[in-house]
Amino acid sequence: MDLSTLTITEARRALDAKAYSALELTNAYLDAIAEKDGELHAYLEVWADSAREEAKAADAMIAAGKSQSLTGIPLAIKDNLLVEGRVASSASKILENYVASYDATVIAKLKAQGAVFLGRTNMDEFAMGSSTENSAYGPTKNPHDLSRVPGGSSGGSAAAVAAGLALGALGSDTGGSIRQPASHCGLVGLKPTYGAVSRFGLMPMGSSLDQIGPLAKTIADAQILFDAIRGHDLNDSTSSPENFYPQNPFKRVIGVPRAFISKGVDEDVLARFNATLDILKNAGYEIRDVDMPNLPYALPVYYIICPAEVSTNLARYDGIRYGLSVPADTIGEVYTKTRGAGFGPEVRRRTLIGTFVLSSGYADAYYRKARSVRELIRADFARAFEGVDAVAMPTAPGSAFRIGEKASDPLAMYLEDIFSVTANLAGVPAISVPGGTVERDGKKLPVGFQLIAPHGGEETLFTIGKDVEAR
Amino acid sequence: MSDKVDIVALAKLARLDVSDAEVAKLEKEIPEILKFVEAIQKADISDVSETKSLRNVMRADENPIESGKYTKKLLDAAPAREGDRVAVKQVISRKK
Repeated sequence: MDLSTLTITEARRALDAKAYSALELTNAYLDAIAEKDGELHAYLEVWADSAREEAKAADAMIAAGKSQSLTGIPLAIKDNLLVEGRVASSASKILENYVASYDATVIAKLKAQGAVFLGRTNMDEFAMGSSTENSAYGPTKNPHDLSRVPGGSSGGSAAAVAAGLALGALGSDTGGSIRQPASHCGLVGLKPTYGAVSRFGLMPMGSSLDQIGPLAKTIADAQILFDAIRGHDLNDSTSSPENFYPQNPFKRVIGVPRAFISKGVDEDVLARFNATLDILKNAGYEIRDVDMPNLPYALPVYYIICPAEVSTNLARYDGIRYGLSVPADTIGEVYTKTRGAGFGPEVRRRTLIGTFVLSSGYADAYYRKARSVRELIRADFARAFEGVDAVAMPTAPGSAFRIGEKASDPLAMYLEDIFSVTANLAGVPAISVPGGTVERDGKKLPVGFQLIAPHGGEETLFTIGKDVEAR
Repeated sequence: MSDKVDIVALAKLARLDVSDAEVAKLEKEIPEILKFVEAIQKADISDVSETKSLRNVMRADENPIESGKYTKKLLDAAPAREGDRVAVKQVISRKK
């Protein structure tokens, strides 16, 4: 088997046909990790022993004719998802030795299918970042060019799948953290509709924005993973019941917010985007300009709402109930010293920005105003979707950048998210599919083509995505 | 509106130990970021109503979990404990 091209769909066929066993498949991945991950650093921890046991259990399920779509499929899990009995650190020093007390709902669902968990993957600390350089445990490298970042924050998950060190992976996406690394690593990455997947057991960052989703080599694989993890969950009051959003009939019309994407995008990235639109045009789609005048506000709105939610959500890491605890004379000093020692630079920056925009005297001008402008962005999408099935944009304004290139300039890093945050703010589903390559320093680097659909429109994304894939 | 940001006061509010060197760095970075996000001030929000997209989701207060079922698992994660309790420094102190 060639792990660099193997898909979940093909592995499923081969496992069920007994061409190889789940244990053989898992061992092949563990060997590949041992060989390549020293250089890539996609994994923070590899769970070789339990993975082999899970593979043996999967083989028993397959032998008994009880195989499901992910039985025996080796997967990688982002380090902010809880797997009972395993360390879950969110790539932070503050949770370096934290052992999860329960399974996240998505993990319980994958376990029920007999999936194999290869290990936990590197990420930007608490999912804050777009390059995986904010990990407290060192950066992950891009398999297409080891001098470049894989994107982030789910960069470890993306690098693992792209390098053939996992068949698929779970990530989380608050402002692009699944789609942007998918774009930079040449993968399919899906951010589902807000509420489509339970966040129970996901370490929260921006609770009005966070979603868990898959990274995979193909649309079909992403679809299999999404179908396995989706669904209403009483443990997450923001998860939606089945068929919560009525769907419009499919019109084969795609909207492009030309005014918004005409600025700040690398010329050849925009050219690849236009070439992908041409493919869709040839496949019978109508491509139409859509007027979405409030999209330029999306990134500023995001960098108010996200830090505000970060500053409140991360208040739980205070050295009392779990994680790092720095001894001190008073309880106040236990908090400040623990957080001071445990949080890295970007987490501290966002915590302080969030504290500022929520503070008395500034909350009206920043946080409350941002919430109102967020409604304008939502309305822009709602108006666009009256006439089109999906809105298309580049996933990110460029291709993978060099390690260290943006590390000292927080605003330059934030601009990576300019196109992806729009979907999180509106709560709508979005997918990044491979949209060709651009050349940088003699190397071909992948760029993503992003499609955004109305609430509950994941099937629309898969349908159009498959037409892009068929190029 | 955010040319001067009191980082030390913010750090105190956020219960975060910040070194002097980091304060100096953040005094430059945070106003720059705030200046960027202040672009939203130009947006006209006179017609915006937030209520229609939000609703409360409540759970019935019934079928409680058997007492003690998760006690050990959760306490095992605590940095300090006394018996079945999480141990913390004194929270309220008598004025001297």
